[in-house]
Amino acid sequence: MGKTRKTPSIIDKPMNFCPGCGHGIIIRLICEVLEELGQDNNVIFPIGVGCSSNLGGGLVADRFHCSHGRAAAVASGMKAVSPENIIVSYQGDGDAYSIGIAETINAAYRNENITVVTVNNTNFGMTGGQMSWTTMPKQKTTTSQLGRDCDKTGYPMKFPELVASQFNIAYAARGSVHSPASINKTKSYIKKAIESQMNNEGYSVVEVMSPCPVNWNMTPVEAMDRIKNELIDYFELGEFKQREVIK
Amino acid sequence: MANIIKVRTERCKECGLCVVNCPKKAIEFEEKINQSGYRAVQVKNELCIACGVCYTMCPDGVYEI
Ligand SMILES: Cc1ncc(C[n+]2csc(CCOP(=O)(O)OP(=O)(O)O)c2C)c(N)n1
Repeated sequence: MGKTRKTPSIIDKPMNFCPGCGHGIIIRLICEVLEELGQDNNVIFPIGVGCSSNLGGGLVADRFHCSHGRAAAVASGMKAVSPENIIVSYQGDGDAYSIGIAETINAAYRNENITVVTVNNTNFGMTGGQMSWTTMPKQKTTTSQLGRDCDKTGYPMKFPELVASQFNIAYAARGSVHSPASINKTKSYIKKAIESQMNNEGYSVVEVMSPCPVNWNMTPVEAMDRIKNELIDYFELGEFKQREVIK
Repeated sequence: MANIIKVRTERCKECGLCVVNCPKKAIEFEEKINQSGYRAVQVKNELCIACGVCYTMCPDGVYEI
């Protein structure tokens, strides 16, 4: 018999996500990691605006609903006044990159000792699937009805690569939830990110590619296939900034 | 291996991610509808090897092993 697996108690309530949404998997991974590290009663979640806000219904942990895009700034403040707590901000791509890019980048620039988890579903899920900074070239959304024209609107942004190459941060990685193997890999990334915060190494960010079947007009299974066949060619998975092992 | 896997059918949203990823094809949809209006999953216990893939893929915390 294999090992037992049980949804962590701090997230063990039904949540209001659409069928097949990746948010449920990602928040479970974060809570599993916190439980393994013994931090599940010592965490504060600054939560962004978007579908991530649905966590409010599921989490039994301290959390704060930040104004749109500003979760990284709120997280910095939380860490400053309460350094013994683990601070994990949970944001969508529209929240962290399109709307709150200033706060998200400045927290990385200052190497704040926080962990940022961004859920990249290549659109603004909650408000009906508008184009975001990570929408793929030619992708049709409600605000790019002929397909995204990157010459006019810019190319999809790769945030972990950006901060890993420019700033002095502790850890940056990108995972995905399209298969059991990639989910386990993503969990190891989140674990390294939170461990680096526990060791006071500084800013850590994990972006997770996640499906949005409703706004992509796909079934949940097709949406997972889209991540596998289309998205991860552009948004490469892996670790962009490794931690130095402290002996 | 009787009922080593616990299925909370009331949480299921019929996304089917566990069904396609199950290596033993041991998961199928029930005929009846749960309280949220979805046809929930059921596990054929005689095929299940408790590998945990359904738990890993499920976004809604249906499974416990
Ligand atoms: C200041 C402000 N502007 C706009 C909105 C509307 N709004 C709510 S959620 C959202 C997009 C969130 O998208 P994302 O962060 O990608 O999260 P997702 O829903 O995709 O998980 C927007 C624009 C708002 N609530 N507040």
